[in-house]
Amino acid sequence: MSKTEIEGRVWVLLDGRGALIEDIDTDQIFHNAHLHLTDIKQMGPYALGNLEGWKDFPAKAKPGDILVAGRNFGAGSSRQQAVDCFMALGLAAILAPSFGAIYFRNAANSGLPVFRSRALEGIVREGKLVSGDKIKVDALGGRAEIAGRAVTFEVVPMSRVQADILAAGNLFLFGRTLQKSGRP
Amino acid sequence: MGQTILEKIIQAHTADKVRPGAIVWLDLDIRSARDFGGPNVVKHYEREYGGLPPDRQRTFFTFDLCAPACLLKYADNQQLCRNFARKHGLTVFDVDRGVGSHVLIEEGLAGADSTVVGTDSHMNILGAVGSFGQGMGDVDIAFAFRTGRTWFEVPPSVKVVIKGRPGPWATAKDLTLFVLRELGTSALANKAVEFSGPAVRDLTLAGRITLCSMVTEMAGIIGFVPEHGPALQEEVRALTGRPYRPFQADLDAVYASVIELDASGLGPQIAEPPSPTQVKEVAALKGLAIDSAFIGSCTNGRTEDFVAAARILKGRRVKPGLMLKVVPATRRVYEELLGRGILRVLFEAGAIIINPGCGGCAEGHAGLTGKGEVQVSTGNRNFPGKQGQGSTYLASPEVVAASSALGAIAGPEDVP
Repeated sequence: MSKTEIEGRVWVLLDGRGALIEDIDTDQIFHNAHLHLTDIKQMGPYALGNLEGWKDFPAKAKPGDILVAGRNFGAGSSRQQAVDCFMALGLAAILAPSFGAIYFRNAANSGLPVFRSRALEGIVREGKLVSGDKIKVDALGGRAEIAGRAVTFEVVPMSRVQADILAAGNLFLFGRTLQKSGRP
Repeated sequence: MGQTILEKIIQAHTADKVRPGAIVWLDLDIRSARDFGGPNVVKHYEREYGGLPPDRQRTFFTFDLCAPACLLKYADNQQLCRNFARKHGLTVFDVDRGVGSHVLIEEGLAGADSTVVGTDSHMNILGAVGSFGQGMGDVDIAFAFRTGRTWFEVPPSVKVVIKGRPGPWATAKDLTLFVLRELGTSALANKAVEFSGPAVRDLTLAGRITLCSMVTEMAGIIGFVPEHGPALQEEVRALTGRPYRPFQADLDAVYASVIELDASGLGPQIAEPPSPTQVKEVAALKGLAIDSAFIGSCTNGRTEDFVAAARILKGRRVKPGLMLKVVPATRRVYEELLGRGILRVLFEAGAIIINPGCGGCAEGHAGLTGKGEVQVSTGNRNFPGKQGQGSTYLASPEVVAASSALGAIAGPEDVP
């Protein structure tokens, strides 16, 4: 599997009424009580630790899983730990209709694939995408397909810089490739 | 084609072509890290690069989240940053100095038209002085420490025109909460915003800071308030020691949309938990009993915020059993409040006076709320669990002061 083709089992972040949870802020993803942690290996157990109904996520998630959330995922603070905790769990990607701007950058810079998809809201509402489904995302082509359901939906294709950082591994490694070519 | 304010600032800091949606390499005038985020910046930097950060006069640490450190882990993290700074001759605005973004304004480092980054999602507060401030994570900031640059997607700009004359009790915070009520987290998401109109034109610097700080809660990138008079120019010059000549948008600048709001007769507003966008009239919640109150934060921690609270609390006591925490944004604000006798007024009213910084918003040096505790705060966030297990309502310093006196949510008109 190339880095721009991402496949995995999804977790759809639903609330008690079965709706996609919107505006999940970084304090719900990685609470500020744990911000003293600086070792990524220790961050996994706190992922979604302050999100009602999902506090057991770290125990359920497996490496390679994909998270699907409601709009404005990762609103709030600039803490990298809110990305790193999912990296620690080995998540393959996060999809949401929209992200907090800082969160999206942080994920891109860490080499965690994040995708915006307006189509998610409808697909989830109609029950076409539920936790446990397998999806395959074509990062550059801007499409995702749900295995066994003959359903495909659009995602915003990765920007060039996001794909380059992902290909290099992270922003630091990407920076080295730029140095070789004289930039930045 | 004309450019918006943000497009002009970005254009002055990149060789790339600036248009909405373009990804450019942006030169960063000031790079900073806090006591949260900072330790990881140091770890990344030493692992990836090592050696001297190339531009020491533009690279800073600001300690404001847990100041002084209340847990061993935070103390260790701060010391890690201090040692790195000492080794490389970087300046640390330490635990005595207060909220980093405010300190950068006061030090004249975040002047109009500059680009400033830090590990603080409210760094866009700097829009209040015409600077492009951005919060970023520790990977971004470590990269910026080394390269002085970052990649940035130029956001579209939106114009928000606030018409009408707000009511006599409306403050900058009420106007800000009104915008949150009207626009939520969608209209300005991932966009820059230019606020204009009679309701914002006369805002003081503190008022502009309040409005611009909560662009973060509107999910926006940054806000500017381009219209200003000579009084504001003088206020900014006196505070920062620099002339205030911010970029103005071109007359033919292109905006993604122009949104008109009418604030006529606006009264005191309050945001209910769990979201800063869940805004109601204070009148609708009047009488709801509160246990604690907080005045401070990067949103409402300037001198005039405490002066407004003191005006209401002068000669009064907070309701017995109620805890009122007061946290000036910076040491300079603290000094002004001392000099003007404002802290004495608040002290005599029963307030707990706490060291400058972000305490009261972050889980820092000003304590937390316990299960079932109801707090009214001048901060900017009331997400679940953010300040503890209690529930937090967001309002102006005037509303917080009046509510403290009565022990229940109240407006300034309730304490004549």
